[in-house]
Amino acid sequence: MTDTPEIQLPEDKPLEIAGRIYQSRLLVGTGKYRDLTETGQAIEMSGADIVTVAVRRTNLGQNPDEPNLLDVISPDRYTILPNTAGCYTAKDAVRTCKLARELLDGRDLVKLEVLGEHKTLYPNMPETLVAAEELINDGFKVMVYCSDDPLLAMRLEEMGCIAIMPLGAPIGSGLGIQNRYNIRLIVENAKVPVLVDAGVGTASDATIAMELGCDGVLMNTAIAQAKDPVKMANAMRLAIEAGREAYLAGRMPKKLYASASSPLDGTFF
Amino acid sequence: MQVQVNGEAMDLPAGATVTLLVEKMALAGKRLAVEVNEDIVPRSQHAEFALNNGDRVEVVHAIGGG
Repeated sequence: MTDTPEIQLPEDKPLEIAGRIYQSRLLVGTGKYRDLTETGQAIEMSGADIVTVAVRRTNLGQNPDEPNLLDVISPDRYTILPNTAGCYTAKDAVRTCKLARELLDGRDLVKLEVLGEHKTLYPNMPETLVAAEELINDGFKVMVYCSDDPLLAMRLEEMGCIAIMPLGAPIGSGLGIQNRYNIRLIVENAKVPVLVDAGVGTASDATIAMELGCDGVLMNTAIAQAKDPVKMANAMRLAIEAGREAYLAGRMPKKLYASASSPLDGTFF
Repeated sequence: MQVQVNGEAMDLPAGATVTLLVEKMALAGKRLAVEVNEDIVPRSQHAEFALNNGDRVEVVHAIGGG
């Protein structure tokens, strides 16, 4: 019997959010598309199961026959994840979540995001913590957009947030994952799903997030603002799958010097 | 009486209900949520919830967002 070293591969846990298993690890937003037709087509192509929406005032002068977003993105087919985008205080975020719950017939899954300032849309973590606490106490299932600070991520998990969603880079910046090390640490510490939310610009960024062991990626602008959003939605679907497979496969170690791929024996020169 | 609806003044008959307001906004049957003075008014209560002069009403729906 030969003594082969045991190969340790990452565990292939399904993505479970609020007691439901999801096939797709790509979560998509619905903002910044040209129109609702394009929104529907891109989301269909992305294969996403979870789709974010914003909650806003109905326009007083609006054409009443105009199709509603939720007519195109049906809550019967998709898990609708209302966000608190545009909120700069815990109070506004909590109000928004309560309106969203009423809007969605009592469904209590929300994406909490409390922003700090307009230029970077960086998460305001003190207000995020206050809002998370209040929402959890009120029975909400909170997926939380947060900074990529491993200690704050742990704190949010301890409080009862059901998914931790650190930014890869500022919202809408398309800069890609700026601090892989922190994302890696957050993934390693977490027992709830970790999803990179914000900052992805192109397919390779999404793959990197998945290779780091993230459970999923949430993106909007990278698809909506691509020249061909439907094509990019497909690219992102494949990128998420590729990154996940690579993570599960366990990549080779990085080395400083070359290591020949072809055997050195049997050369004829 | 006058109420503030989504930040704009609106004249309504005294004792108007949330249902009446929603109809006046041509939003009857649409998926929306209503808040009066920062408290949710559940859909099941729209028909009997009477508004008062000076109430601040928010009528919201889902739109595209990340």
